[in-house]
Amino acid sequence: MQNKVDFIIAGVGGQGTILASDILVEVGYNAGYDVKKSEVHGMSQRGGGVESQVRWGKKVYSPLIEKGKADYLIGFEMLEAARWTEYLNPSSVVYVNKHKMFPPTVTTGQAEYPSETAIEQELISRASRMEWVDAIGLAKELGNPALAGVIMLGRLSADLEVAPELWLKVISELVPAKFVELNKKAFLTGRGIISKSI
Amino acid sequence: MKKLLSGNEAFAYGAYLAGVQLAAAYPGTPSTEIVKNCATYDTIYAEWSPNEKVSLDVATGASYAGRRALCAMKHVGLNVAADSLFSASYTGLKGGLVIINADDPGMHSSQNEQDNRNYAKFAKVPMLEPADSEEAKNYVRIALEMSEQYDTPVLIRTTTRLSHSRTLVEIDDSKRVIPSDEIPAYERNIPKYVMVPGNARRRHPVVEERLQKLAALAETLEINKIEPGNDEIGIITSGVIYQYARDVFPNATILKLGMVWPLPKQMIIDFAKRVKKLVIIEELDPFIEEYVRILGLDCIGKEVYPIEGEYSPSLIREVSYKAGLLTEAPPEVSAASIDLPMRPPMLCPGCGHRGLFYALKRLDATVFGDIGCYTLGAAPPLAAMHTTTCMGGGFGVVHGVDKMGVKDKTVAVLGDSTFFHSGIHPMIDVLYNGGISTLIITDNRITAMTGHQDNPGSGRTLLGEPAERIDIETVVRGLGAKRVEVVNPYEVEQVMKVVKEGLESGEPSVVIARYPCVLHTKEKHPVPTVDTEACTNCGNCLKIGCPPITKGENYVAIDNILCNGCGLCARVCPFNAIKKPEEQ
Repeated sequence: MQNKVDFIIAGVGGQGTILASDILVEVGYNAGYDVKKSEVHGMSQRGGGVESQVRWGKKVYSPLIEKGKADYLIGFEMLEAARWTEYLNPSSVVYVNKHKMFPPTVTTGQAEYPSETAIEQELISRASRMEWVDAIGLAKELGNPALAGVIMLGRLSADLEVAPELWLKVISELVPAKFVELNKKAFLTGRGIISKSI
Repeated sequence: MKKLLSGNEAFAYGAYLAGVQLAAAYPGTPSTEIVKNCATYDTIYAEWSPNEKVSLDVATGASYAGRRALCAMKHVGLNVAADSLFSASYTGLKGGLVIINADDPGMHSSQNEQDNRNYAKFAKVPMLEPADSEEAKNYVRIALEMSEQYDTPVLIRTTTRLSHSRTLVEIDDSKRVIPSDEIPAYERNIPKYVMVPGNARRRHPVVEERLQKLAALAETLEINKIEPGNDEIGIITSGVIYQYARDVFPNATILKLGMVWPLPKQMIIDFAKRVKKLVIIEELDPFIEEYVRILGLDCIGKEVYPIEGEYSPSLIREVSYKAGLLTEAPPEVSAASIDLPMRPPMLCPGCGHRGLFYALKRLDATVFGDIGCYTLGAAPPLAAMHTTTCMGGGFGVVHGVDKMGVKDKTVAVLGDSTFFHSGIHPMIDVLYNGGISTLIITDNRITAMTGHQDNPGSGRTLLGEPAERIDIETVVRGLGAKRVEVVNPYEVEQVMKVVKEGLESGEPSVVIARYPCVLHTKEKHPVPTVDTEACTNCGNCLKIGCPPITKGENYVAIDNILCNGCGLCARVCPFNAIKKPEEQ
């Protein structure tokens, strides 16, 4: 067991960051950690940027992570991942779903969506490692774009010392019954992929 | 066994364990899930009341009847319920009454960031403040016992961060208070419960005496405790801020207050003597700090820690370091150096409110708005709402504006749930006092913003039972409105026509723009296609502010994952370049 593992999941309202962080915090607890999780409900869920923070540790006080202290940043959307650079440090690891969702300023032509290279630069310059994950592409192949979140968790899980069976057990408990098999498949798909790492 | 519960789920579990028999609320982020979860326990009667004041009166009634009751609301909800709170403070009660009140520092989902600890002092009732879900569970019982023992309503303060964080809670039903299944007898007591001046004058000293007793209790109460450490710095704090303080000052001596009103005077004096530097870390107002200063004690407070905004461990570390309270500098971090376009919340794809606001924009109406999803009508590119203050505010505001003879095309908009909450009274005012205002009820048949709670117009109770729907049109006509129209908000031309007629009529008019929330009904239609030959890239469809539509080089594109297929974009396209599938 590690002293602490701090995760930030960033995405857009409706992408399933809350379910993913529910799974992540439950896995930490089942693996023997003290855990806490913070999330935001309400207005920002209407298509705004959303974030969940999950903390695993021997003893966790604050449900919020401090700037410069996140161990993992998991971006469900490219632009949203780039907003959390302040939380990274030179040993952080970043996984970003290769998915662009244009905010209104971009769709109406008033602002430009930053380039993939620019986002990559921002993240990698502050972390030890950054990896694009084609979770949205794989999710569509599995038949439902909403599976991208669990695919991202699958990729993350390959880095953590927690048995995949435990993840699968938690997923079975938290996902609606009729989607359990599909989500398990998505998790294992994510766990099996090693994409372009920078 | 331990389980991860949000603060709000833990309050509900605590209510179950403490034998609460009635829980009432009007939904409001971040408090909604408290009573929603109370409804999952079969020993608790739970309801969505039309507004917070009603919910507090209902809970007070249950406690007058000798049963334990809970009421929950967001911070601004207590403004609505304040009258009831102040009276309940005077009358006291019989069964325990706990009011859980959720502040929203940082205004994640609110119009202000008032600090409701002030209400405890103002209404002369005790207030507890838990710091995690386990305490949230336990404090409900402590509050109810205190309520019964001291004959007072008890407030529990939570904040967004506590309500919406998941932390571990001990699950143990073995010491549960089993609610009585006997039919309660109402115990009459006119001097205690009838607050005419003569009786109220006799109750006031009782309230003052009660406060003295509670202040004495605060000195020995287990939930006010000193965590000894290095006495160089002594911190007084409470709630989730305690957790942040623990992360930032792991070795400091901390006085953690579980009861934030009344405060333990002697305990604070002794604590100040014990430590070299006394530091008060509290979110929002200098509530504890002012008390400490009145005691003549020197402390560090709001000159270091800001009054406005939500705290975080990072913020506490930064400002504490700058003030010389920490020797180690915070980690150096930097925000992204590229421009990151903001992503504000938007009306959902397919939302019926969009058609209404597009029509009002086309009419160039000045719109007096209200609180709900439809407040997003103020966001660009629609920008079709010009005031938003508080629940039920818009109808009264437009009446005042209209009485002054303002020449704009003035209308007011509120939602179905807001109408039942506090929109009926200003409508009565307009109708009775010779108003001429155009009042629009955007009726999506659910309380959507807070996560789709049923309301009196939706035909179902919180316990999932069918209920006779209160028909808005009948209510409005019953109040005496003559000019009442029901429209489908997607029919932009029709909406414009009806609103225009109302404005020109010189009499009050009511427009009910009805379409059920598509996020709730999961209604979805085939995605329209863009005829790239016909599209001139004029940008008209972008004016409806629908997230799936993107401006391209030569023509617009529609994201078929996001799109809900409502077809509003096709209706507003002047070149017939966006086609609904059945038209192809």
